[in-house]
Amino acid sequence: MSKKKPGVRNVNENPCNMCMPMGAIIAFKGIENTMVIIHGSQGCATYMRRHMAEHFNEPIDVASSSITEKGTIYGGEANLKQGLENLTRLYNPQLVGILSTCLAETIGEDIERTAAEFRRAQGESDSPMLVAVPTPGFGDSHTEGYFQALRSIVQALCKKTESHRGINVIVPHISPADVRELKRILEMMQVSYTLLPDISDTLDSPYAKTYNNIPAGGTPLKDIEAMAGAQATIQFGETLRLDLSPGVYLHENFSVPLFNLPLPMGIVACDQLLKLLQNLTGNPVPDLLRKERGRLLDAMVDSHKYNREGRAAVFGEPETVYGVGRVLVENGLLPAILATGSRSSQVAALLGPLTGGCDEEPLILVDSDFSQISSYCAAKEINLAIGSSDGRLLSEHEGIPLVRLGFPIHDRIGGQRILSLGYTGTTMFLDQITNTLLNSKLSRYRQDLFQRFYPCASNEGR
Amino acid sequence: MAMNPVPAFIPERQKSIRTKGKPAEAISCQVDSVAGSVSQRACVYCGARVVLNPITDALHLVHGPIGCASYTWDIRGSLSSGADLFRHSFSTDLREEDIIFGGEKKLSLCIDELIEQYHPPMMLVYSTCIVGVIGDDLEAVCKAAAMRHGIRIIPVQSSGFSGNKSDGYRAACEVLLRLIAPREKITLQPNRLNYLGDFNLAGEAWIIRSYLEEIGIHMNVAFTGDSSYETLLTAPSASLNIVQCAGSMGYMAKRMEEIYGIPFMNISFLGLEDTIDSLIRITEFFGNTSFSRRTVALIRRELKTYSPVIQQFRTRLEGKKAAVYVGGGFKAISLIKQFRELGMDVVMVGTQTGRPEEYDTIHELVTDGTVVLDDANPRELEKFMLEQGADLLVGGVKERPLAYKLGLAFIDHNHERKHPLSGFVGAANFAREVYQTVCSPVWDYLGLELP
Repeated sequence: MSKKKPGVRNVNENPCNMCMPMGAIIAFKGIENTMVIIHGSQGCATYMRRHMAEHFNEPIDVASSSITEKGTIYGGEANLKQGLENLTRLYNPQLVGILSTCLAETIGEDIERTAAEFRRAQGESDSPMLVAVPTPGFGDSHTEGYFQALRSIVQALCKKTESHRGINVIVPHISPADVRELKRILEMMQVSYTLLPDISDTLDSPYAKTYNNIPAGGTPLKDIEAMAGAQATIQFGETLRLDLSPGVYLHENFSVPLFNLPLPMGIVACDQLLKLLQNLTGNPVPDLLRKERGRLLDAMVDSHKYNREGRAAVFGEPETVYGVGRVLVENGLLPAILATGSRSSQVAALLGPLTGGCDEEPLILVDSDFSQISSYCAAKEINLAIGSSDGRLLSEHEGIPLVRLGFPIHDRIGGQRILSLGYTGTTMFLDQITNTLLNSKLSRYRQDLFQRFYPCASNEGR
Repeated sequence: MAMNPVPAFIPERQKSIRTKGKPAEAISCQVDSVAGSVSQRACVYCGARVVLNPITDALHLVHGPIGCASYTWDIRGSLSSGADLFRHSFSTDLREEDIIFGGEKKLSLCIDELIEQYHPPMMLVYSTCIVGVIGDDLEAVCKAAAMRHGIRIIPVQSSGFSGNKSDGYRAACEVLLRLIAPREKITLQPNRLNYLGDFNLAGEAWIIRSYLEEIGIHMNVAFTGDSSYETLLTAPSASLNIVQCAGSMGYMAKRMEEIYGIPFMNISFLGLEDTIDSLIRITEFFGNTSFSRRTVALIRRELKTYSPVIQQFRTRLEGKKAAVYVGGGFKAISLIKQFRELGMDVVMVGTQTGRPEEYDTIHELVTDGTVVLDDANPRELEKFMLEQGADLLVGGVKERPLAYKLGLAFIDHNHERKHPLSGFVGAANFAREVYQTVCSPVWDYLGLELP
């Protein structure tokens, strides 16, 4: 197939992002005893369920108001109410997230009002709590949908409460394994915390003899309510737009101090988190964590020369791209292309200073797609791609090995178990990067050196 | 169909759940999904996309917001012997301003960009929910662009809300009918057929093509697995249409009979019984004795190779119980027979978009006590798989994790598989896969207790 010319196009070819409701579903899946209904046509819910089921290898139940032609013409309110009633019968949730779609937003559905009416009609005590979130698919990417949902949840649930020593920890979309690692670190630091949203068990549930159609786990509602009284908020959301930031909301409305940090990937970001936890709690960093830190440093030294040969294309959600970029910079591996499909984050502004000291200025692409990313790979001599399975054509067409990280991972098992946070997570992630580079090198160097240096090698037709 | 209701979780769903052997009204099917029931169905767009996407050299442009293209990118895994343009996902990526001011201009620009870059022989432009609401005139934009560029650019009327997945199949068939309509008079070619409703997910259309070639019958084109613009145009010259997936292509076959006088035959290449029966019926249609001779030889040879394989697995599988939840009725019917070949009973069977006549056939095939469901949800699947004591579920991606959480084996009979399940080799693959999953050692450990 012919190569595309780089430049501004109207068309999106091979998308590097999904739509808002997708992110919002993931956020709600991290809240205890919660169900989601998508107000739109049946397909939206089914497609997103399918996408998530492939990645997490978990049953993903999401209801739909199943709007048809009639609903589109006369309004979908009745569908939404019937949907809420039926899903309550099937799942008996404590909270229901109501997400709008392109369709609902365009025909002018007022999901907030419908939700309020439903609760009144059902009796407030008999009805689950309802949180309505505007998530038109054309509005922005799944990243913004995720935070829009978190912000709406915080806005709906948090109320003025007594101050306490607890710490709010707000995470972007990371893997269940990463959430577990973060909790382990918080527990080792003896922090009393509320982690929002907690998908560690809900989207990676252990096998059990009885099956629950809402998996156990998730952030408890009463803990979310109490976030307004916390000692501080730690939010891994440096790239986040302020109007979507739950941390900013808690700060502005309840004066909870906000510490916006990068994801704890790489030595500096992990140190930053631990220093902050130390300051906030007064607890020392335990020996075990110090050893893990030492091992990461050891690993960085062990592999530094191999990593120096890497020229990576990184793509994904802004916060992850920023985190991975930090790891690469720390290890002397050139982040030659840093790309995200999101169009409204602050990642570009952060990546500039981060990569200022690199040998070469990286190419930063926002609102990107894979056709654009792949159009620069040859010129940038990319030899490593880092991101979700959606980058698989970079391997198939350009022969660039892909280290899988992010969402969705649909061509490998265990997307939910990919670990890259904390000292230990970073070490494992770094090893994977180095080994991918080594694999490329070891599978080629005999041939390469022979071709290049063996006298008359080209004539011998080896 | 006489089947008795069993209690549903949602009253509106009661009519769509039946148990064989107990008197009741016919099962309710082909109705809109109940809101909030967590249906496993997708939308009109999905139906159209899965049918058309395997056309390998078409440029498939989704006119809508990004999600619709993201979630369907390379979704079918159809194999191609030529172009791979169909594996790329193109979207007009509509945004707020396009919703307000209309998306026609952007669509037009996107079409121009793509044709300049890829020079495709044809382009399909899919409508999504939003396009149906903001009222973009796809027909007009496509027509103007087609004039400008001198290629076929056909709109697919697939606004998500305008029905269910079956309506999407219908929309896809309309597009195909429009595409193949000959500009000149067609000459019927002898011994040629079209193969409708196979998407070549793992080389199935190739397997069937080689069977037919061996017999002496040429396959013009498969709809739509590994098809291309040029091969699709040859369709009207066939003397027979054979239909595998009747749910998606039954309409196409009927229309082609009306328009071109091409008769059609429902066949199935799933399982030995259906494969043999189908090959014989196809051969009989052509009424050529040397064809019949070659068919018999082919069947003998293939049986000799694959029957022992299937028999070997059968000894391990006899008496196990299967549950089936698939898209269309034809597949469910074939699967019931195929499980019978393995000595297994189907104890629960359901479809997303089965038709009344298909449910009648299902009812005839299954044994007393089997639960039959239309447009089921996870809660119902869970309940009936457990109550019926199923050892295995056949389904798609969404159903797989549910089966595994319940400790059931699983067979993917959808987009995900990477080995063929059609024809003789496919029947053996199926038996092997059933064996590999049902008789895996992992199930034994799920019951262990940690003191």
